[in-house]
Amino acid sequence: MTLFAKFDGLAQAIDQLRADGGRNPFGVVIERPVSSTVGVIEGRETLLFGTNNYLGLSQYAPSIEAAAAAARSMGVGTTGSRIANGTFGLHRELEQRIAAFFRRRDAMVFSTGYQANLGTISTLAGKDDYLLLDADSHASIYDGSRLGYAQVVRFRHNDPDDLHKRLRRLDGTPGAKLVVVEGIYSMMGDIAPMAEFAAVKRETGAWLLADEAHSVGVIGEHGRGVAERDGVEADIDFVVGTFSKSLGTVGGYCVSDHPEMDLLRLCSRPYMFTASLPPEIIAATMAALVELEHRPELRTALMGNAQRLHSGLVRAGLTTGPAVSPVVAVVLDDVAQAVAYWNRLLDLGVYVNLSLPPATPNQNPLLRSSVMATHTPAQIDTAVEAFAQAARDVGVLPA
Amino acid sequence: MSETPAQISALIVEKLLANPKVPRDINGGSRIVEDLAFDSLAVMNFVMEIEDTLDVSVPLDRLADIRTIDDLANCIATLKSGQ
Repeated sequence: MTLFAKFDGLAQAIDQLRADGGRNPFGVVIERPVSSTVGVIEGRETLLFGTNNYLGLSQYAPSIEAAAAAARSMGVGTTGSRIANGTFGLHRELEQRIAAFFRRRDAMVFSTGYQANLGTISTLAGKDDYLLLDADSHASIYDGSRLGYAQVVRFRHNDPDDLHKRLRRLDGTPGAKLVVVEGIYSMMGDIAPMAEFAAVKRETGAWLLADEAHSVGVIGEHGRGVAERDGVEADIDFVVGTFSKSLGTVGGYCVSDHPEMDLLRLCSRPYMFTASLPPEIIAATMAALVELEHRPELRTALMGNAQRLHSGLVRAGLTTGPAVSPVVAVVLDDVAQAVAYWNRLLDLGVYVNLSLPPATPNQNPLLRSSVMATHTPAQIDTAVEAFAQAARDVGVLPA
Repeated sequence: MSETPAQISALIVEKLLANPKVPRDINGGSRIVEDLAFDSLAVMNFVMEIEDTLDVSVPLDRLADIRTIDDLANCIATLKSGQ
C-alpha cells in the first residue's frame, strides 16, 4: 500500500468533477483582478461573485498606499513569531485599534482567520472542558476543538433550544462549557439568533464565543456584527474574526474583556509557533478599518445589493437560503448538475463558488455567491441573468 | 430507565432502517462507515438523532473509537450509566 492509497477515492471524485464540466472547480486561477468586482479568468474579464470581499476593500487605494509605505519603511516580513522577534510596534497598534473598534479591553491578532479560531478555541477549551459547537460550524472551529482535546458536543444548527437541552444534559459534569456560534454562516448566509443564544448562556452559566468573520463590517450599526445588531455584545465573552473578508487583507483576531487574555499569548500554539503578519498587511488593514468605521453607507449599499441578488435569484425560480445576507447560495440536489451549472456560469462570465458535501449543510451541493458593496446594480442584474440562463442550459430550470 | 447495550443496538438498527438508503441486512456488527457508506458528517448527524432518542450526549472524541453499531451502543450504555 502506498502512502497515497487513501486518496484514491478523492482522485476518482476529482476526475469525475472534471468529466462533468471540464474544469477543476477547486483550481480556478484569477490571473489578475481588474477591480474589486472584475477579475481576469481564462484570459477573459469575469464578474466576481464569490470572493468574501464584502466592502470591496481589497482594492482600496488608501490601503494600497499604506501597504506600500509600510513595506518601504519596515520591510516586507517579520521573520518571526509574536513571542519572539515578530512583534513590531504595528502589531500592538493594530491590536489596540481592533480592541477599540469592538470596545473591548484586549485584542490578539493572528496570522490568519483560521488560526484565530484554531488558536483561541484550542487554548480556551482543554481536555477537561466541553465545547458546544453549532453543527454547521466552520472547519477552523472543528479543528480547534481537536487541537485542544476538549470534549465536543454538537447542537442543531441555529437552534438555541437544542443547545439548552444539551447543556442541561451536562449539568453536574465537571469542566467549563464553551459555546461557539457564528454570526453569519459562510455556506448559506444564514444568521445566528444571537440574542437567544445569549439568553441560554446567561441561564446556564456557559461561556460564549461568537465567530463574526462574515458579519463584521456587514451587520450592526457600527459594523461590529450580529451581536451588535441584537444588542447582546456584553454576553459574548470572545469575538473571533478575520481581516480577509470585509477588510480585504489577511489575518485574524480575538477580542475580549477578560483580563486573562494576555495569558493566551503564552499558550496558544497557532499564535506562538507561526510567523506574525507582515507590516504591509497591518498597515493596509488599519487603513481599511478607518474606511469601515467611517463609511456606514458601504454597509447600506452592501445590504441593498444582497437584497437585489437574493430577490433576483428567487424571481428566476431558483432555490436559495431564507435569509437575505451578503452570502447568497443557490441550493441544488445533484453534484453532477451542480458542477455543470457552475461551469456554465463561468462560461457566461460569472465566477461563484462551487460548494460540495460534506462541506455543505444537509448534503446539498451549492452555488455560493457573495455580493459586495461595490457591485453595481447592472453587474448584479447581469449575474442574475447568467444564473437563470445557465440554469436553463443545464436543466436546473425548464428550458 | 437504563437500557442494555443490546437494547440500544436494536434501537439504533431500527432507526437506521427508517432511512431507505441504508442496506436492509445491517445488524449490530455492521460497520458504520464501510457498511452503511456514511461519510463523517452523516455519522455525526445520525449520532445526534440517537442522542435525542436516548437523552444522552456522545462527545465527538468518543466517535473516533467507534466502528460498529454495537460499539456505539456500548459507548452510549457506558455514558448513560455515568461511567
